[in-house]
Amino acid sequence: MNAVLQPIACFHCGLPVPAGAHWNVVIDDVPRAMCCPGCEAVAQTIVDIGQSSYYRERDAYAANAADAAMLPPQLRLYSNDDVQFARDADSCEATLSVVGIRCAACVWLIERQLLRLPGVQAASLNVATERLYVRWNKHQCQPGDILQAVRQIGYTAYPYDAVRHGEQLQKASKTLGRQLFVAGLSMMQVMMYVAPAYLAEDGTLDDNMASLMRWASLLLTLPAICYSAMPFFQGAWSSLRARTLGMDVPVTLGILAAFFGSVVATFTGRGEVYFDSATMFIFLLLCSRYFELQARRKAASALERLQHALPASASLLAGFPDSRTATLVPAGSLAVGDIILVKPGEAIAADSVIVEGTSALDLSLLTGESAARRRKAGERVPGGAINASAALILRVLKPARDSTLSDLLKLIERAGSGKPQIALWADKVAAWFVLGLLLFAAAVFAFWSWHDAAQAWPVAIAVLVVSCPCALSLATPTALAAATDSLLRRGVLIVQPHVLETLHRASHIVFDKTGTLTVGKPVLQQTEALASMTENDGLQIAAALEAGSAHPLAQAILEAAGEPRCHAEQLQEVQGQGLEGVVDGVRYRLGNAAFVAAIAGPPLGHTAIGVQGKTPLYLGVQGRWLVRFLLSDALRPEAREVIDYFHRRGKQVVLLSGDQEALTQGVAAELGIAVACGEFLPDEKLDFVQQLQARGAVVAMVGDGINDAAVLSAADVSFAMGSGAALAQAHADTVLLSSQLRSVQDTAKTAARSMSIIRENLGWATLYNVTAIPAAALGFLNPWLSGVGMAASSAVVIANALRLRKS
Amino acid sequence: MEALYLLIPLSIIVVFIALWVFFTASDGGQFDDLVGPGLRLLQDDDTSVQAPPEKPHD
Repeated sequence: MNAVLQPIACFHCGLPVPAGAHWNVVIDDVPRAMCCPGCEAVAQTIVDIGQSSYYRERDAYAANAADAAMLPPQLRLYSNDDVQFARDADSCEATLSVVGIRCAACVWLIERQLLRLPGVQAASLNVATERLYVRWNKHQCQPGDILQAVRQIGYTAYPYDAVRHGEQLQKASKTLGRQLFVAGLSMMQVMMYVAPAYLAEDGTLDDNMASLMRWASLLLTLPAICYSAMPFFQGAWSSLRARTLGMDVPVTLGILAAFFGSVVATFTGRGEVYFDSATMFIFLLLCSRYFELQARRKAASALERLQHALPASASLLAGFPDSRTATLVPAGSLAVGDIILVKPGEAIAADSVIVEGTSALDLSLLTGESAARRRKAGERVPGGAINASAALILRVLKPARDSTLSDLLKLIERAGSGKPQIALWADKVAAWFVLGLLLFAAAVFAFWSWHDAAQAWPVAIAVLVVSCPCALSLATPTALAAATDSLLRRGVLIVQPHVLETLHRASHIVFDKTGTLTVGKPVLQQTEALASMTENDGLQIAAALEAGSAHPLAQAILEAAGEPRCHAEQLQEVQGQGLEGVVDGVRYRLGNAAFVAAIAGPPLGHTAIGVQGKTPLYLGVQGRWLVRFLLSDALRPEAREVIDYFHRRGKQVVLLSGDQEALTQGVAAELGIAVACGEFLPDEKLDFVQQLQARGAVVAMVGDGINDAAVLSAADVSFAMGSGAALAQAHADTVLLSSQLRSVQDTAKTAARSMSIIRENLGWATLYNVTAIPAAALGFLNPWLSGVGMAASSAVVIANALRLRKS
Repeated sequence: MEALYLLIPLSIIVVFIALWVFFTASDGGQFDDLVGPGLRLLQDDDTSVQAPPEKPHD
């Protein structure tokens, strides 16, 4: 993207090798240049231990080795005495999170490196989870040595307990996998023993053999009941203790009824056994649980990435600008005003402002925008952004713990605690559903006992098992989580749980103008030549004059002019009037009409006439008017599309602005908005929204997080165009991290899709239960068929909910 | 037919042995990473890890 001429890249880490550097290592008989003594040492180590094949195997440069030399002091504090490392008298073990694993070579390099450490007995790295398991001898090695060793080869490792939550999920998934395996094995074996009873014609299977088969089935059902079915029993127990009826209650009753009914039949030798149905039901239901757990982990993945985005360390330039030696310090110790160096590929440790350098930054984690953004000296950069192209020197504006990203995480934590209305409703309905089901099963059992006692058990079991309240209690939260995650990936942070459903119901969408429908800063709209000078030359001269100015109008001129082509001297700025300077030996003035008139003479007729809603800027020389620039706040390019989208969906779009009435009407006319009110104070906006609500409207408000705080909190659902510091104070239900108007449309689309998917699920569940439960009650379904039906129905709703992850 | 009186109890024992083997393997981390071993196989590296040269640890 930027065609900066790159010097030779370091063979190890890929950073440019500084001019005159002399570091190099002979790898596979070829001398390779290195950028620093650190890389040289690491490369030499790799060659020395006979592992130069690393360089042939790798598919990317090594992680930047800057962290190599340093271990944050807090990690040094870990010692062998920590309880978390205890294993037995002589050895310790730990699971570490390793960041930056990209390829097979990484796995191999890290494991080899650790096994070379004295005292390390085992090291194995899990690629899927990026977890490193290490076991070491207590007397020869310290945890700090291991962390240091991993850092020496350019990776970052930290003790796993920092992400205890992830560990628990991992453990839950592992246990569930084991329970699934046991249930599957048990199911298959029980089937084998039941097959003869199904196949034998009457009288051909003698009683002894039949009894043997039953006892064998009983024994093999035990592991499924005692181990695999535990999640259902626990779920049922905890819901009963909370005095609610969860979906695990009928499931547990069904399993227990089938099992104990069969046990009684086995002991007495009379009646039917249902061991096959019980094991099969456990297996199928566990399958759908497993599926759901995986879905939940996937749904949380965008969040997990955010939580690991802030780096642990930073390169501090203590003596800047006199000396440029960097020392690595923990990111937490950075203070406001510190100067830090961020090399390409590194993440920025705290919110800062660029002191030196121009680079492209990857802000995708913070804004959901995938294209890298160029930032130059004087611009602010948020912590967590990744420096993509060239080294930057930054001055820290806020400590790392107060960075934008930390605020974001706090918002997300707040968001995670609530449950949307529709999920609460689903829970409530599910409880009634279960209660009704239990009563119905009891009634059915009573009826069959009177009508045909032999059928009473299997029919009652089938009724309990076939019902599927999972569309209510399982699929709705899964759908909402999937939708929230997919929006977060695109830079929309949902803070309040009700956003999706309320937005879908919204009848009025109220937009603020400045900064919402418009970009919020002046843009050059029109250039008019007033004399012989061409418009482009005029623009170039204006840009040269404005080059050093931070005024928003100057920025607009500079942006329009592109790369500067001429240079201005003897610049003088007259506050609030304009600029005077010499370009190519000619003295120019750029500014308002009165300022330029002082040298250019009386204004020409039409130049005196202002243009409605636009700010004019003039360029003149001695005795002559040259160019008039017209600037105004430009509409966002996507505004029209977004407004049209809401119109098509039958929502009433309203524009409220504090800006001049004429300007507001102009924007409204351009965008086709019927109702627009200008010159509204924040109180009046609030009144307007409340009046709409009094008339029964559901109002969605899109505004700028700070100025419109009151209106935003009054609206039924609100969006704040968030950026930087505004985040934490934003009282909006949704924060648009990308500051893109299109995100409102994305959210509305996702809301519509989520609601339609939830409705589909509810519709499916109703249809299924309404047909399957009576069928089971009438004795058309035997218990195993009910189990299949129930598991298939769960799978359908969860798979349907997961469609939301795809945008 | 009488053979079944021996074979069925035997099959039950085999199933329980299979369960035990599975649990041991699972505890040992056999199923934790289903991607890494495939990558390690790509390593064209037959040399065993040499005993680490006794260097002072830096």
